Amino acid sequence: MTNSAVLVRGLRVRRGGLEVLRDVGFEVPRGSVTGLLGPSGCGKTTLMRAIVGAQIVESGEVTVLGLPAGDPKLRARVGYATQNPAVYADLTVTECLRYFASVLRAPASDVDRVIADVDLHGQANQLVGKLSGGQSSRAGLAVALLGKPELLVLDEPTVGLDPVLRDELWALFARLAKAGTTLLVSSHVMDEAARCERLLLMREGIILADDTPEGLRVDTGKHDLEQAFLHLVRSREAA
Amino acid sequence: MNATITLATARRILTQLRHDPRTIVMLLLVPTLLMTLLRFVFNDELVFSRIAPALLGVFPFVIMFLIASVTTLRERTTATLERLMTMPMAKLDLILGYAIAFGGIAVFQVGIATGVSVLWLGLDVAGSVWTLLFIAVLDALLGMALGLLVSAFATSEFQAIQFMPVFVLPQFLLCGLLQPRDSMGWVLNALSDVMPLSYAVDALTHVTRSAEVDLTLLRNLVVVGACVVLAVVLGAATLRRRTP
Repeated sequence: MTNSAVLVRGLRVRRGGLEVLRDVGFEVPRGSVTGLLGPSGCGKTTLMRAIVGAQIVESGEVTVLGLPAGDPKLRARVGYATQNPAVYADLTVTECLRYFASVLRAPASDVDRVIADVDLHGQANQLVGKLSGGQSSRAGLAVALLGKPELLVLDEPTVGLDPVLRDELWALFARLAKAGTTLLVSSHVMDEAARCERLLLMREGIILADDTPEGLRVDTGKHDLEQAFLHLVRSREAA
Repeated sequence: MNATITLATARRILTQLRHDPRTIVMLLLVPTLLMTLLRFVFNDELVFSRIAPALLGVFPFVIMFLIASVTTLRERTTATLERLMTMPMAKLDLILGYAIAFGGIAVFQVGIATGVSVLWLGLDVAGSVWTLLFIAVLDALLGMALGLLVSAFATSEFQAIQFMPVFVLPQFLLCGLLQPRDSMGWVLNALSDVMPLSYAVDALTHVTRSAEVDLTLLRNLVVVGACVVLAVVLGAATLRRRTP
């Protein structure tokens, strides 16, 4: 039994003949917010799909909450928000959440709670298909928050949101982590990195760095995390 | 499997449809309109009574096939299926949810078409109208189940739509409606023997002509029912929790 919420060792994934993940290994400590940062196309989504057990992997091990990823017992314990929100365009926000709540066997009161969490009060009775991109991505996030998931895997949950909302969501993530939930949040925007307790920097299917934001700054001698990332990429290319 | 989740899924699909009233109206009325059209094409109650029962099965079969294959394809190609497959939901919960939702609609669809045909269009049913209704609903379910199944092999809506002529029209051509099955060549006859719609049409024709419930009728119903179950189970088996 490990103390990490997620433990990945030697993970390799091949998609369409290309090696998308090349020997990836890291741990995500419980009750923390870990950021998975990297440019679009670097393998973040594939890695997250491997963690929730939706990805066929070539080799390596992925352990989630002490069980192999994809174990049936994990299905109610892991919340996942896909990048293209997994919501029904022809249902209202409330109807959609009610459905997923009954699949997860979460209490009906959860629906109102998660709508409040992602600030979709005003849109609760609107069709999902009529929402803006940011709103429907928040609807997808709301689905992930249903029930009491111990691990939340969120694929770019803050894309397209205005700065105030983004700030509120990061505050929500911090609150959830404080209450014991583990969060793995991906983003391709480096300025979100500072909001995470730990960072995984990814590029071209490998993990470049696995550190705290502070540790990364000290290691690279750059205060700006974007610069720190660039420094890492360049020093690796030089090597 | 879990009855609550299955029923929640059926309710969700019906709610989705409720937001699309035009589709509901078309689902409920198109077979009836086609039956009415057919009645006036023949302009003869006797000829109509000979052809109509088979078409009472065929129209819902075709419509349900299309609707089911497109909706499930939509579920497969958007992220919702992947998401559901990471949730504590059995594959059969999803497929049975679809079966219950579309089966319910089929009852109304076929009920209206049968009612109008018998009451106003002069369709003469020797056997029980309820049996006729039952077989027609079974046909609709068969179309639905086959639609669910073949949607697994379509990667786009264009392909899904074109599976209709591939899977449905040959069954229609060979089901004995255009030409009695035993007067076809042995190859076509053998082909029609392995097509479930043939058994459905045989059963429908039998019910209109005779009040007797004989072994052949029962056998035909069992064959159609078994095909529905088989297609539902195979459809569930095509769902994947892990994908490349």
